[in-house]
Amino acid sequence: MTPRRQRMVLIGLVVAGVAVSAALALQAFRENVLFFFSPTEIAAGNAPVERGFRLGGMVADGSVARTEGSLTIDFVVTDYAHSIPVSYTGVLPDLFGEGQGVVARGQLNEDGSFTAEEILAKHDENYMPPEVAEALERGRAAGTQ
Amino acid sequence: MGLKRTFHLLGSPPTVYRLAGLLGPWVGIGAVILIAAGTYGGLVLAPPDYLQGDGFRIIYVHVPSAYIGLMAYVLMAVAAAVGFIWHMKIAHAVAVSAAPVGASFTFLALVTGAVWGKPMWGTYWQWADARLVSELVLLFLYLGVMLLRASFDDRDKGDRVSAVLAVVGVVNVPIIHYSVEWWSTLHQGPTIAQLDTPSITMDMLVPLLTMIAGFTLCFAWLILKRVQAEILDRESRARWVEQLVTGASA
Repeated sequence: MTPRRQRMVLIGLVVAGVAVSAALALQAFRENVLFFFSPTEIAAGNAPVERGFRLGGMVADGSVARTEGSLTIDFVVTDYAHSIPVSYTGVLPDLFGEGQGVVARGQLNEDGSFTAEEILAKHDENYMPPEVAEALERGRAAGTQ
Repeated sequence: MGLKRTFHLLGSPPTVYRLAGLLGPWVGIGAVILIAAGTYGGLVLAPPDYLQGDGFRIIYVHVPSAYIGLMAYVLMAVAAAVGFIWHMKIAHAVAVSAAPVGASFTFLALVTGAVWGKPMWGTYWQWADARLVSELVLLFLYLGVMLLRASFDDRDKGDRVSAVLAVVGVVNVPIIHYSVEWWSTLHQGPTIAQLDTPSITMDMLVPLLTMIAGFTLCFAWLILKRVQAEILDRESRARWVEQLVTGASA
């Protein structure tokens, strides 16, 4: 084997080794790499309910209820298969709203509801001008009638 | 034979120096024109987003920066591997040149992301997000390669050792790219990776693609200039450099 070929094999082996270890490590810590759990995963018992975790999904349409005179808000997080009622007291990010993605950090209660300590808005990958959004909304309304 | 000849020509410092000098101005002019056009398109022509209003416009810096940050790493790793395997000095010079430029664009992507994240997500930074953390690891890889190289007095040794780290770090590139698909993340999924059905309207997309092209040329221009400087530094004792310098000053 020429020295050049040796160096080629060496660097190939090192990269392959690091790639395999990274894949194994990420696989082993899979649960910790997830930023949030969906209501379906929680229903299936996959979420670490004994400690705090993040719940992610969409804010269900028509579910947001504010308590007069306080910062407390109740809403339902859904992935359209399962739903979890969430209660939160605090300031909300700009993008929070019904039909929008949300990530809530907190604890699952005995009764299956979720008490959040922090609310983050999750933006999706769609960008469009307001007119297009309105047209889409009209189209969807016409489709459901 | 043609390929081998090209390879040998690209290994010749004076040839590469002259080639970079010839290409540089054109690439630079192209970068200025495209970035100016993309900036006008992004700030003036593109409509505001239905949800984020004008806040979405940071995409015109954030996405191109993140893209260059990744592309620069791939270039650095490939150049480092070529330099390591074939003991090609020009390849090491390219790897040296790419590192600080890639680190700067990666830093820019992290900062613009954080500035956007605060009002939109409600947070500057989340340690549990796979996309955010893997992008930070990219910055540390760049800094690690630069520091490792700088810690050797012997330039050849520094080239070889830092090349190994640069090549190994390439494992992080697909992790960054696919992090938003493999795991649940706060960071949104790709908007323009699937070019047949982009999740963005044309009037917003065209300025973005213009900016990406402009940033790419800007990156190429920076690399050409830095490779020239690196060659002069490495070949400072060579006769052709002496002739170049005395010829220019005469």
